[in-house]
Amino acid sequence: MATQEVILHPASVVAELKKNNISHVVWLPDSETNFLFQLLNNEPTLDLVPVCREGETMAIAAGLWVGGKRPVVLIQNTGIFEAGDSIRGLGLDINQPLVMLVGYRGWSRHGLTRDSAARFIEHILHAWGINYYLIETDDDADRISLAIEEAERTSKPVAVLVGTEFGS
Amino acid sequence: MIDNSDAVKLLDSKRDNAVFVATMNANNVHFGLPTVTSNEKLDFPISGAMSKASDVALGLALAQPDRKILCLDGDGSLLMNLGAMVTISNKAPKNLVHVLFNNKVYAVTGGQPIPGGEQVDWEDMAKSAGYARVFSFDNLEDMTNGIDEALAAEGPVFIHLLITPQIENTPVQFRTPAKRTVHTAIADLPETLGVKR
Repeated sequence: MATQEVILHPASVVAELKKNNISHVVWLPDSETNFLFQLLNNEPTLDLVPVCREGETMAIAAGLWVGGKRPVVLIQNTGIFEAGDSIRGLGLDINQPLVMLVGYRGWSRHGLTRDSAARFIEHILHAWGINYYLIETDDDADRISLAIEEAERTSKPVAVLVGTEFGS
Repeated sequence: MIDNSDAVKLLDSKRDNAVFVATMNANNVHFGLPTVTSNEKLDFPISGAMSKASDVALGLALAQPDRKILCLDGDGSLLMNLGAMVTISNKAPKNLVHVLFNNKVYAVTGGQPIPGGEQVDWEDMAKSAGYARVFSFDNLEDMTNGIDEALAAEGPVFIHLLITPQIENTPVQFRTPAKRTVHTAIADLPETLGVKR
C-alpha cells in the first residue's frame, strides 16, 4: 500500500499556536488532522472546542474573540464550503481577525487534481478576498505566525491551507 | 402563549450584569430587546449569519466564565443549527442560558410555518442534547413564577418559551434600522467586559 511521506508534524503546528498565545482551537476533525487532535488533547494551554458542523466554528470564535480570547479554527476545505454564510456574516462583515487552518483535501503537486474540494477552494477564498498561506512541511509552519500577524493587522480572516497530511 | 415584548421585558428585569446575545424576534426593533433593554452596552445583537447566535453565546460564555450569558434565540433559527445544542452541552458552560423563543413561524419573512412546528418537542430535544437543566413556559404567569429558578440553575440551561407570533412582511432593506447592531457591539462590548487586547 502506498503511503504518503510525512513531512509536516503536528508538533510544529502546535508550537506555532503556543508561540502566538492561541487560547482555543475550534474544530471539526478531518482525515488530515487526527494526530494533531491527539497532541492538542494533551496540550493544557489550548482548549479544544469541537463542533457538529463547520459553520459553527466562526461564530464560536467570534464569541471567544469578543470575550478576550485568541481562537483559531481548524476544519477541512469541505467545511469552508459549508460555512460560507458564517465566514461572510461573522468573519468578514465584523472584521474578525480569525485564522482558519484548513485541511487541503485533494491537494497534490503531482498529476491531476481530481477532488473538487481541492479544485474549488482557492477560487472561493479569492472570491471572498481572503488571503491564504500554504503549508506542506515543518519548514512552512512559521507561516501560521505570518497568518496570525496578518489577520490582526488587517482585521480580516486569513486561511492557512494544510497541504499534506500530518504525521505522528 | 407569551407576548414577545413581555418575555424580553421579564428577562431584562432579571439580567443583573448578564450579556444578552439576541437574534430574530427576540431582538426585533419594534417589540424585542431593543425596546426594553436596561443595559444596552451588554446587548450583543446577532444578525447576518442566521442560526449562529447560540454559537456566539457559547464562545462568549467560554471566554467569560464568571459572567452570565443569555442567548435569546428563535425556533426557525435554531432548527438551522440543531447541532449547536450538542456543541453547547458538550462544552457545558455553567454560565450559559439558552432561551428559545418558539413562535412556530418564520416571523421575519412573513409568517410561514417552520418545519415540524406542531410536532417538535423542544423540551425533550434539549434534555436529549444534554443541557444540565431544562425549563418550559407557555404563559407569562408561569414564566414570572419560574424564571428565577431557571436563571439561578447551573448551566448550560435551556428555557423554552411558547411565544405569540408577531409577523413582519417588510423586506430587510426597508425595515427600521436597529440603533445597536452587531458592529456596535463588536466595537464596545470588549471594553465593557473589561477585555484588554
